[in-house]
Amino acid sequence: MIFLIALLLFSVQPKAAAPPTSVRAYDTPNDNGGRITVVWTVSPDDTNRAISGYEIHRSEAIDGDYEYRGYVGRGMTEYTDGVEKGAGYHYRVKVRGRLLGDSELSQPSGLATPSVQWFHRGRVNVLVGVGFFSAMVFFFISAARRGKELFVRRIAGLQAVDEAVGRATEMGKPILYVPGLSVADDVATIASLNILSQVAKKTAQYETRLLVPNRDPIVFSIAQEIVKEAHASVGRPDTYRAEDIFFVTQSQFGYAAAVDGIMVREKPATNFFLGMFWAESLVLAETGSSIGAIQIAGTDAVTQLPFFIAACDYTLIGEELYAASSYLSREPLQLGSLKAQDWAKVVITALVVAGVIISALGYQFFTRIFEVN
Amino acid sequence: MGRRIPLMICFVAGILMVIQFFTPPLRSVYEMVLDWYIVILVFALAVGLQTTIYLHVNKVRRRVKGYLYSLVTLVSLVSMATIGLAGGIRQGSWFMWLFEHIQVPLGATMFALLAFFMASAAYRAFRARTLEATLLLVAAVIVMLGRVPIGYFLTKGLPESIQIPAATEWILMYPNMAAKRGIMFGVALGMISTALKVIVGIERGYLGGRR
Repeated sequence: MIFLIALLLFSVQPKAAAPPTSVRAYDTPNDNGGRITVVWTVSPDDTNRAISGYEIHRSEAIDGDYEYRGYVGRGMTEYTDGVEKGAGYHYRVKVRGRLLGDSELSQPSGLATPSVQWFHRGRVNVLVGVGFFSAMVFFFISAARRGKELFVRRIAGLQAVDEAVGRATEMGKPILYVPGLSVADDVATIASLNILSQVAKKTAQYETRLLVPNRDPIVFSIAQEIVKEAHASVGRPDTYRAEDIFFVTQSQFGYAAAVDGIMVREKPATNFFLGMFWAESLVLAETGSSIGAIQIAGTDAVTQLPFFIAACDYTLIGEELYAASSYLSREPLQLGSLKAQDWAKVVITALVVAGVIISALGYQFFTRIFEVN
Repeated sequence: MGRRIPLMICFVAGILMVIQFFTPPLRSVYEMVLDWYIVILVFALAVGLQTTIYLHVNKVRRRVKGYLYSLVTLVSLVSMATIGLAGGIRQGSWFMWLFEHIQVPLGATMFALLAFFMASAAYRAFRARTLEATLLLVAAVIVMLGRVPIGYFLTKGLPESIQIPAATEWILMYPNMAAKRGIMFGVALGMISTALKVIVGIERGYLGGRR
């Protein structure tokens, strides 16, 4: 009897699942011609635990041998396949069963041939936005070049730079400049290095010692060049001290510990924390506060801004970090770009208000304009 | 001429990076540039290491105040490099043992200090001396209470919409989010503007600022 039951159980094959339908393959848009996207309508058996997922198979000939290419879980309706450039393929999809058995291969898709797209159509809105903003920047720069007077609002943190350098000079103490902990291709680091150039010129003029500890070796090399050039540009190449611009370590908290140590031992009169910071921001700023230094901080890291605001005397919030170099240099060409930023913000505010009203009326087309692929 | 060449390289590289963002086949150029960055980083690291050694050797030689810290740095540097070169850096090696039992706990200790720094910074920031500081204090108290169970128990008798956890969510989702997004708009514009100025050579701070 047991033998008969076992025989019955092993001889009953589970019912095969139905294959997916409407399999379609097409060239993946906005790529360099190396991918094909396959889409399908899920199997009618794609419910609960009846099936496991879908296998994707392809062949160069519609009735040729289909080779296995990949697998996606149940409920999925899309697969992107990497292909040879210029070769055309047909695709068939099959269900991999779980409670039910595997299905047959689906009907084949039409021939799909990948091609190169030389322009990413999903980024037209970015191109328009950047083009519009660039045009505004160049318009205001040319206006500044023609001699137009440009009003730029007072930024307290930058107004305090002269006072901070003067204080260090009077006290005979050094200035500490931390250019952030990020790498050289971070725009916040570039902005910080531009400010370093202005600060280094002032310290060179006053013959005040400037300490610049670095976390990134490339930033260190650039910072060293900047300070050296700044000394040369104000006619004081002899006061440049190469050993004051140094590389510390790439370890985040190792760097924080080293800078804290420098602050406690050297007791700088002024600390600049400008650039990109992470969790170490408050460790640095609080140690600086404990030694009584004037502290000017600035970052575009939104999560670190509250720490700097709490622990520093002046904080450059977000865009002010990028405006600082122009503000300090007072060059008309640079100030022109600040006016463009202000006007761009007016445009963005108008777009946000328009977006709120249009979305509230139930139309979604306006928000879709700003989606980026 | 010495200044013109870096400016030209910067202009060409900057424009190329903008073009590749809109041109999928040029994506490989971007990836190649990232590889170059790693190569440059290795050489820059060697230069950085050289200045670090020079700086600390000088401090030890001149017996400047705190020179013992420099001695510790030099000994650590040489020890880790020697052990790593001699025994490898694989899991289970002496190098990894030192890394996991000295470097990692030291980093964690520095990170842990953050809690104390946060308390002292919060004490200063939350003193209700002005209207803004008072608003900050009130918002901070609500958000902190809303993140712990006691916040729920304190107001569980009230309608759900005015309970502390709901008020916390409201503060984070509306005033806080609006301010964050406002800052991010400004940051994005500042980034584009800075990049444009660097590419076209208006901003030359990274070259020392000389024209």
